[in-house]
Amino acid sequence: MKNKLSSILITFAFVFVFVLFYKGLKNTNIYTPEKKINNVVPLFTVDLFSTGKKVNSIELFSAEKFYLLNIWSSWCVPCRQEHPLLMYLSKNKIVEIIGLNYKDKKINAQSFLDELGNPYKNIIFDKEGIYAIEWGAYGVPETYLIHNGVIIKKYIGPLNEELIKEIKSLIK
Amino acid sequence: MIYSVIGYYSLILGLCFSLILIFFSVRNFNNSKLLDPKILSFTFLQFFFVVISFLSLVLSFVFSDFSNETVFNNSHTTKPLFYKIAGTWGNHEGSLLLWLFVLTLFIFIFLLRSKSQPTKYKILTLVFQQIIIIGFFIFLIKTSNPFNFLFPTPEEGLGLNPILQDPALAIHPPILYLGYVGSSIIFSSALSATSLNLITKTWASHIKKWVLISWIFLTLGILLGSIWAYYELGWGGFWFWDPVENVSLMPWLALTTLLHCILVLEKKLILTSWVIILSIATFTLSMCGTFLVRSGILNSVHTFANDPERGLFILIFLFSLIFLSLFIFFFFYKANKDTPTSFFWLSKEAAIIINNWFMMYFLSVVLIGTVYPIFLDVLSSQKISVGPPFYHKLIIPIIIPFLLMMAIGPKLKWIKSNLEDKIYLFILLVISTLLSFLIVKNFDTNLLVNTILVSSALYLFLITLRDFFIKKYNNISQNIAHFGFSLLILSILLNNFFSTEIITNLKVGETFETENTKIIFEDISQKKEKNYQLITGKFIIQNPGGKIDNLSPELRIYNQPNIVTSEADIKTTIIADKFIVINLVQNQEYFNVRYQVKPFMIWIWLSVLLISFGGLTSLIKKKHEK
Repeated sequence: MKNKLSSILITFAFVFVFVLFYKGLKNTNIYTPEKKINNVVPLFTVDLFSTGKKVNSIELFSAEKFYLLNIWSSWCVPCRQEHPLLMYLSKNKIVEIIGLNYKDKKINAQSFLDELGNPYKNIIFDKEGIYAIEWGAYGVPETYLIHNGVIIKKYIGPLNEELIKEIKSLIK
Repeated sequence: MIYSVIGYYSLILGLCFSLILIFFSVRNFNNSKLLDPKILSFTFLQFFFVVISFLSLVLSFVFSDFSNETVFNNSHTTKPLFYKIAGTWGNHEGSLLLWLFVLTLFIFIFLLRSKSQPTKYKILTLVFQQIIIIGFFIFLIKTSNPFNFLFPTPEEGLGLNPILQDPALAIHPPILYLGYVGSSIIFSSALSATSLNLITKTWASHIKKWVLISWIFLTLGILLGSIWAYYELGWGGFWFWDPVENVSLMPWLALTTLLHCILVLEKKLILTSWVIILSIATFTLSMCGTFLVRSGILNSVHTFANDPERGLFILIFLFSLIFLSLFIFFFFYKANKDTPTSFFWLSKEAAIIINNWFMMYFLSVVLIGTVYPIFLDVLSSQKISVGPPFYHKLIIPIIIPFLLMMAIGPKLKWIKSNLEDKIYLFILLVISTLLSFLIVKNFDTNLLVNTILVSSALYLFLITLRDFFIKKYNNISQNIAHFGFSLLILSILLNNFFSTEIITNLKVGETFETENTKIIFEDISQKKEKNYQLITGKFIIQNPGGKIDNLSPELRIYNQPNIVTSEADIKTTIIADKFIVINLVQNQEYFNVRYQVKPFMIWIWLSVLLISFGGLTSLIKKKHEK
């Protein structure tokens, strides 16, 4: 009797797995940036890069204005490419940029900033790459536009002139 | 053109032989006490036709016959001959043909080598194997025909992905497949033995050879893939917990557990249900790996062809095999009631069962990490990726008791053991703890956790090392393999603690200096190779002791397809690897330079070789005894 029950249960478990895989096949596996938007900023406590102080993520994005969260790393080549654009945004005070330093070493990250300039108001130090997962990120660089604590747009890959124009128009 | 025709029709003929074989097997199964000699000849003929088909594809690649779609998509006239041949299995269609090739080869060898086994068992194993073979034939012919025509014939092919043009990767798939497909023989044989109620000590020692062979190849295959990732992907790591790596690790974990169970079953008639379930699991996990990789359901650094129709076929095929094996297990498996199943908690049996549960834990962690993103996506449309922190958090704490068990388990006796004259176990534990404390305290890492980690690995290391000198050997292969494993964990840990890295941007002529290392970017040269443009950087590294190394990393700009790859230059010594890799920075004269010192890298590779060598000695010893 026990044997029969377990056989039925196991069979059902496998049927369930089959259905999931089948549906998974039908799903597109191209990540669409729209999916993650209109979500609230994920809640977690993070270490700040400069001071090592612990801060709540909600505090970082608290004010009722626009923020840009930029995930970067010193070892990421496209990040170097988009960096001048971030510098431009911060110099002209178009938007406040929060950095998320992803799986990096502090020394390397610091020399990256010394070399290319620091556009970030605050930097979240994500040595293990855990917070990036909370954001639903899957690579560097990646940029999120946040308003009133809600993610309204997500950009995958390096920013370019056109996307900067789009960000500007969204902020207006 | 002619090769494609020959190849295609050979495939169809091969499929026909499957049907003929099943027909003859059924007739033979009911009527005769002896194996029909026709069956052996037909199995050979089937193998022969698959070989013809495979050779046709190889020749199409060698002669760059672009009327063949597979060749067109994956080859190019300027490619060196070696990579033209390796290109045969560097793509979806060709690699499946290679699967089929090994499948038919193995069943033929199996029939040749199992003369002394019961006829019914052989026939039933053949039938199960033919079911798998038919599945692959239909899959090939229907959805992934390697011999599709292109008309008009293109002048030139698209070229093989340059990162695949590498000696380690050229032999990685065949070796890995030998391991995967070997597990299909174990699968068929276990199903057939279960249906005939033949799970005995004799069966265990007969199937043990196959388990060992698959295990050795699977281990080597994973090793090759890892070495390739280390020097070709240019990140200086050797294991990324990428789904494609995980799907080769999962069958390995199941197969390793199976190997231990088989060794027990050979001596005592216990763990029969473990053996059957693990035999099924090993092969279905290999198939599941094929499904996950080939269907494009996963996103991964390995970009394989994505085709939902193919995915659907493998999925249905995979689950048919799973349900077939579940059916056989539940309806035919009878637990042996007259065998003694009770043993003391401190005994070899208990140790093996504990080992099994540890392995199942590791297997579930990897399995969940790999498929959870898919399930979550289906159930809630959330996209996540599971990265190394997940695996590290779940695996590292458990590896500590696992290592201790590995050290103590083999010291125990069957049925019941006691701890007299085992004082050395305790003394070595104290020694290894002290030693690792001395090693770890010099670094600003987490002292407690790392001391425990290193000491457990060191403990296994010392105990197995002691055995080499003292033991009145009863199990040298186990000793070698366990020693290799302790060396592997130690090297990985020390590699993690001591690795250093410098990342900077340099122009030609510039120098980068830290407290103890100086990197001088001396020169750059360009050269035209057969199918790529070569840029070589010349670097001089001044090490702390005043020692000077010359390293020349390369950038290769391939013309077909147009891809830039960076080839790391690695200087390997027994103490450390010096690893340098350069990348282009867009529109600038700067190069992005990554310089890493990675201690004990070579020991990671050597220890895995040692582990598989342990398996090999077991295989040879077996033959020697006979």
